[in-house]
Amino acid sequence: MYSEKVMDHFQNPRNVGEIENASGVGTVGNAKCGDIMRIYLDIGEDQVVNDCKFKTFGCGAAVATSSMATELVKGKTVQEALEVTNKAVMDALDGLPPVKVHCSLLAEEAIHAALWDYAEKNHIKIEGLEKPKSDIHEGEEAEEEEY
Amino acid sequence: MKKMIYLDNAATTKTAPEVVEAMLPYLSENYGNPSSVYGLAGTSKEAVAQARETIGGILGADAKEIYFTGSGTEADNWALVGAYEAYKEKGDHIITTKIEHHAILHTCEYLEKTRKARVTYLDVDENGIVDLEGLERAITPETILISVMYANNEIGTIQPIREIGMIAREHGILFHTDAVQAFGQLPIDVDADNIDMLSSSAHKINGPKGIGSLYIRKGLKLRSFIHGGAQERKRRAGTENVAGIVGYGCAAKRAADTMEERTKREQSLRDHLIRRIMKEIPYVRLNGDPVKRLPNNVNVSLQFIEGESLLIMMDMEGICVSSGSACTSGSLDPSHVLLAIGLPHEIAHGSLRFTLGEDTTKEDLDHVVDRLKGIVEHLRAMSPLYEDFVKKGKKA
Repeated sequence: MYSEKVMDHFQNPRNVGEIENASGVGTVGNAKCGDIMRIYLDIGEDQVVNDCKFKTFGCGAAVATSSMATELVKGKTVQEALEVTNKAVMDALDGLPPVKVHCSLLAEEAIHAALWDYAEKNHIKIEGLEKPKSDIHEGEEAEEEEY
Repeated sequence: MKKMIYLDNAATTKTAPEVVEAMLPYLSENYGNPSSVYGLAGTSKEAVAQARETIGGILGADAKEIYFTGSGTEADNWALVGAYEAYKEKGDHIITTKIEHHAILHTCEYLEKTRKARVTYLDVDENGIVDLEGLERAITPETILISVMYANNEIGTIQPIREIGMIAREHGILFHTDAVQAFGQLPIDVDADNIDMLSSSAHKINGPKGIGSLYIRKGLKLRSFIHGGAQERKRRAGTENVAGIVGYGCAAKRAADTMEERTKREQSLRDHLIRRIMKEIPYVRLNGDPVKRLPNNVNVSLQFIEGESLLIMMDMEGICVSSGSACTSGSLDPSHVLLAIGLPHEIAHGSLRFTLGEDTTKEDLDHVVDRLKGIVEHLRAMSPLYEDFVKKGKKA
């Protein structure tokens, strides 16, 4: 059901991990629906995304879209990163099954949430960036019971 | 290519070679229509009668009480709609549970929406067992039917069927059970269990797909559900799926003959798998009852991980399993069964079901656990939920 590129990014996800003292972190989605994405950005003074990492709880498509999204924003300016849409992510993956399109939307939102965090931390305004709707605070969804 | 390890026998099973062998003549030279009068037709008619006899015998029923259907789902639909139609003058209330198969749940919803039926969906406890006191309380003078599955397809929990049958009998209410997962796995006696209708299916017991049956106790007024010819004692029209019925009969006999030994073996393998997973993988919970459980069912939730990712990675290792995650159901909600036993959504999303078959070996299961450990580690390393959990743990 998945394209070869989706399978490749699922099996060999690029940029998995965390960035210590990241310039911006965005976490979107919720565990109830079964998808949570967290994107870390390291942005230099020149407003270029030097590094980007992710962690994702979700299906194959959720992992693959996160992986591709990090690839697409790396090396881009903040303004260019903002233009990485869900469609761009999907196209780069040679498409997604219709029921998985929401995963690519989540990837776009995760980038926006991380950029928003960056902008807030640095008291700057990024043209065209709106406060992400589904941003969740770190740890909020982590209330788990132990077994 | 990697060796395939098939652990999804609750979804379907491999058709046994002798079942295929038994069916073949009815797909070739014995093609007669059982309803016709000449000798060729007689061969088909005889074969259908023999299968009916076999299945009736296994259930402690008369052959005349067995009606072949196109699937277990059709049998469930027929039992519910048929009983409601026949007895709605007496009352409009049906009692079922929250953990039934969709063949029951969606039929109940249909009856609610289109026929003004009132349906009570009983809660289950954390192991998935129906509360008998709750059942007693739900009964009203208008209750005409109780439908409770014999054993659950996802978590394997076996219901107190005999007790439910007794309660139904005491109140003069019909009792239907969806025994699709139990038939051939557990000894069933429709008289001792006070069962009035029972659905089963061939492809769960190494028989062919596309054939099931409904047991209907003699004297019940259930009308035809599929209209047309006079097949199945005028209750289920349509030329019989002769080869399917023959395969079903053969598979049922085979399952009954091997039941004791086979289920004992599967149960011991099942417990081995459960023990290893619980011991060697952290943050895991067993779903369903540890004892009142189908001999071939293991269902676990692996925390911080989503089920579809697990399935794909297992598939890459040649391991076929299933999950109750939303992504595998085509909706955004995880399995209604896992939610009904009280699991939070994120835990339900990370569930994995292994259902053993007659060919499953201990080596297969050991290999599966070895692979699973690595996969779980890989996916947890990628999980923001796990990251938060670890960080929180360190702070504490």
